[in-house]
Amino acid sequence: MTVSRDNSLAVYEGIKATGVRLLTTLPETWLLYLLQLAEDDPVMCLIEVAKEEEAIGIASGAYFSGTPNILLLQNHGFLASINGIVSLALLYKIPLCMLIANRGHYGEPYPWHTQGGIVTEPVLGALNIPYHHARDPKTVARQIQDALTLSESALSPVALLLERELMED
Amino acid sequence: MKRAECIQALYPELEDIIVVTIMGACAQELHDLGHRDNFFYLQHAMGLASSIGIGLAMNLPDEKVVVMDGDGSVLMNLGTLATMARHRPPNLTHIIFDNGSLLSTGGFASHTTSGITDLAAMASGAGISNVSLTRTPFEFIEAVEDSFDRNELSVIVAKVEAVGPDHFGMDFHLSENAFRFARWIRDKNKN
Repeated sequence: MTVSRDNSLAVYEGIKATGVRLLTTLPETWLLYLLQLAEDDPVMCLIEVAKEEEAIGIASGAYFSGTPNILLLQNHGFLASINGIVSLALLYKIPLCMLIANRGHYGEPYPWHTQGGIVTEPVLGALNIPYHHARDPKTVARQIQDALTLSESALSPVALLLERELMED
Repeated sequence: MKRAECIQALYPELEDIIVVTIMGACAQELHDLGHRDNFFYLQHAMGLASSIGIGLAMNLPDEKVVVMDGDGSVLMNLGTLATMARHRPPNLTHIIFDNGSLLSTGGFASHTTSGITDLAAMASGAGISNVSLTRTPFEFIEAVEDSFDRNELSVIVAKVEAVGPDHFGMDFHLSENAFRFARWIRDKNKN
């Protein structure tokens, strides 16, 4: 398995096309090139956290400040953030645009990712968080814009699942 | 000292400052002095008040941001101290009212009871250089004013008694607080 440089660039260009200049993240393998692109981009502010639930708080603070922003997480980081999503974002009606690396599903060779991969979609469903799957580099930019637009109009968390077909060569 | 005394001493300074509090007693004591739309009360999601403060401070460099946190909440999100130290927003003052108790949820002892865990030392160890430990309202106010003057990320641990208000409740919905808070910030930063 190798992470796709070309498709990471397509995702990054999609993020930039939305006008967002603030990303909150905890690094993970599929996000490697994406985060390198953000780090090397002087106009992008990248806030790294120690654990993903912090990112929910930081994104909420950024929203209050009037700054559009995107979260970049692994699905296990999303699972680690549930209380923040429920008791901050959903409770107070705060938009979150989450790009989630959906590890541990079809094609996953690493056993440690699999339980999280299997439960991610049911958990999103249980939380009533709208989500789409991003699989095609040609359409991912539109999907990122759509996720951001819906999160801001619905004042809700919205997820775009970055899938294996997109993130691996 | 009591947390309510600290908040009362600080209240006149907060007219133009963005304030985020934790749930329960701390929120109620600030609210009861007179609500302002620049106050956001995080009534759940324990641990994330300081994260909200980081998001606010980093995106509003010309504003001062005060977070009123507690020992129980900080213990639920210790990574925040390291995240704060790494990004170092100079306009963030992080107050930790340490009463050694999970007061708002029944008064059980927290890990800081009897000085077992030293939150000021943990903040210093996380890499925050301006950390103070205060035990009187005078020391507390002095530390807050110093943090405003020096414009440097500050953590102020205030050792307080485990006492709170005899009532809870506010005359607005949680999302209303969020909407008005965001609007206050938007209006102030229009130009």
